[in-house]
Amino acid sequence: MSKITNILIAGVGGQGILLASEILSEIALRLGLDVKKSEVHGMAQRGGSVVSHVRIGEKVFSPLIAQGASDFLLSFEKMETLRWQGLIGPQTVSIINDTRIVPTNVNVGIDSYPEDLDAYFQQNMKKYFLVDASQLATEAGTIKATNVVLIGSLARLMHYDKQIWLDVIQEKVPPKTVAVNTKAFELGYNAVAQ
Amino acid sequence: MTQTTVEYAEKVLLSGNEAIAMAAVDAGVKLASGYPGTPSTEILENLAKYRAVYCEWAPNEKVALEVCIGASFAGARALSTMKHVGLNVAADPLFTAAYTGVRGGLVVICADDPGMHSSQNEQDNRHYGPAAKVLILEPSDSDEAYHFTRMAFDLSEEFDIPVIVRTTTRVNHGKGVVHRAAPLDLSGRHCSLEVNPQKYVMIPAFARARHVVLEETLNKLRLHAAESELNRTDMKNDRSVGVITSGASYQYVMEVIPENWSVLKLGMIHPLSDDVLSRFCSSVERVIVVEELDPYIETAVKALGFKCDGKNLFGLQGELNPDLVAKGFGIPSSSTTIPAKALPPRPPVLCPGCPHRGTFTVLKKLKTFVSGDIGCYTLGVNKPLDGIHACVCMGASLGMAHGMGHVLSGAEKKKVVAVIGDSTFLHTGINSLINMVYNKSTGTVFILDNRTTAMTGQQENPGYGTTLMGEATNNVDMVALCRAVGVEHVYKGNPFDTVKLHELAKREIERDELSVVIVEKECVLAFREIIEEPLTIDALKCIGCKACLKVGCPALVWDGAGKKVTVDITLCTGCDVCVPECPVDAFIVPEKKNRGEV
Repeated sequence: MSKITNILIAGVGGQGILLASEILSEIALRLGLDVKKSEVHGMAQRGGSVVSHVRIGEKVFSPLIAQGASDFLLSFEKMETLRWQGLIGPQTVSIINDTRIVPTNVNVGIDSYPEDLDAYFQQNMKKYFLVDASQLATEAGTIKATNVVLIGSLARLMHYDKQIWLDVIQEKVPPKTVAVNTKAFELGYNAVAQ
Repeated sequence: MTQTTVEYAEKVLLSGNEAIAMAAVDAGVKLASGYPGTPSTEILENLAKYRAVYCEWAPNEKVALEVCIGASFAGARALSTMKHVGLNVAADPLFTAAYTGVRGGLVVICADDPGMHSSQNEQDNRHYGPAAKVLILEPSDSDEAYHFTRMAFDLSEEFDIPVIVRTTTRVNHGKGVVHRAAPLDLSGRHCSLEVNPQKYVMIPAFARARHVVLEETLNKLRLHAAESELNRTDMKNDRSVGVITSGASYQYVMEVIPENWSVLKLGMIHPLSDDVLSRFCSSVERVIVVEELDPYIETAVKALGFKCDGKNLFGLQGELNPDLVAKGFGIPSSSTTIPAKALPPRPPVLCPGCPHRGTFTVLKKLKTFVSGDIGCYTLGVNKPLDGIHACVCMGASLGMAHGMGHVLSGAEKKKVVAVIGDSTFLHTGINSLINMVYNKSTGTVFILDNRTTAMTGQQENPGYGTTLMGEATNNVDMVALCRAVGVEHVYKGNPFDTVKLHELAKREIERDELSVVIVEKECVLAFREIIEEPLTIDALKCIGCKACLKVGCPALVWDGAGKKVTVDITLCTGCDVCVPECPVDAFIVPEKKNRGEV
């Protein structure tokens, strides 16, 4: 079987994770590849953890990524980077939004938010990028474009033609926000080095 | 996805639910009715966008299926959609529809939820095949969801039987490439009435005859299953191991299976073909059955006298995945993962600005025992609200509260209240309210009316004011409805005004007669116009007592360093539920512009 590229996208409900996985899948289709993606809807949008599996290759069977087999991790929140650690291997290339979203149970003092995340990333991940996507999105024009900033960073690291990413994004976002999202994509693209 | 943007016989990327909707259009379906339930909801939502099929939300699954049976009897192809537990509600008409058979193709999409991503149990609805005596097909990805749904309509008409297409969450919500086929043109088919009481009126004398016909039909289907392309066998020269599987499990099997193992993939789940199973089992040395949840196929294999492995390797609970399947096969994992680190959970919570927060804040202060129901408000069970103490199924909260009230006495009896959402109340709660009136309950019912079916993504319901097709319509007057069934004490409350709601709730809980409190405020996700300017906190006044955090609002953030609470202004909707909780009046409340009084 030829190599399949596995992309795991993780974050918190409401951050635009589904749109990110949607864009990736559409790109795969345009490249003439087989693609499967899987995520769970329903309660997840109410501030819970959300994960999306995207698998791209010549022929894809399972919609779920196997243990340790993620090639890329696109993480929308710092702690959520590790929620699905069973799916992340040392070889996984990670893009991490440098943002904390504190769960309500932490806020009311039932749990605590891990404080040593940066050290943990450094110790256990071979290649990762911390991107201040919220800040870059604000620079582009709206904090709502945070997800497109992160997609921009992923585009830099995946070897698909940049123009295809831009074409698909411009089709998928609301027409009024094309300029802002294009800028957000570029800022994200330039935020990570090859 | 609209019809105009899709060219036929094209490759498209679709979720299983989108694929089923497209299949229904291409199969010439004329009517679709369902009740929203994750993971089935998006089927009707997508189908309604095509405008080619009449679509409606029904108040519950039983009604939805009955509507579809009617359309089928008049000659139209009809589609009913629901989640697994919804079929329990619709089971009554389903079992008898198997006896009557169909006229236009009748297909029920039933979406199971292994792993309980958003369900109260993980029942395996394949058992409805033998129980209700209907045909069941099971697709394994989006492409099959499309083609199996189309075939389901053809088989329904060919064999005169309702067909269930049984999906699971991974198939409904997973996306994959679909190869669309040319649509069927049924525009020449006219609906008409057919008078045939022996077929359509199931009095005992007619039903006895129909049962004979039904058993003959199932036998014919068994023969059909033996030849059907829905069941696929891939035999290898090396006959040491053969795997039998279906649905999403098939995809995991194919991901990890050694190249020399043979596979039987079943697409027709009921009736199973003894012939197909026997042929496969007798041609391999060892049989392994891979299926999620119950040993449905495994039991059939064993009943034929073959030894097999199955649940002893894969277990009875939850979803499978490639790792669990590989482990069950005894294939060692070659992957390494980064070391685990303990993290706090991130459970879903009531949204900032959710009207249910106010109700639970009040009920907690009144130290009630809350008999709850299925909907967003079930999230009130989480800390810090701890607001739900029992919850079983749609519509059960009123019945359970009534039962508790009858066996309890004194202060304990007084503590019990029922809470139920508007959509759930209209689904099956209303029947229990009639029962409470008839059987002289003295309980208190809180209808949390947020004007929509919020949990599944804000679908319309009979209290909403518009149909699924987007037309304005009547909406149920909850007060008049409760009065009409005989409740004397019916009152409205505003969940954002917790001070007044507290007084009202206290008075009605104390009352020795049945009362209904309709707590009414729109869902903040469905009706963005109720959002007000965010609150702020006067840091000089805040004493860091955390009293406001007890309402469990994600917009209130504890600043540990400063020992103060701050407001996340990107989340706060200005609902003010937290305001009366502050003992030192530290909240700064902007003037309200959008909110009318209840």
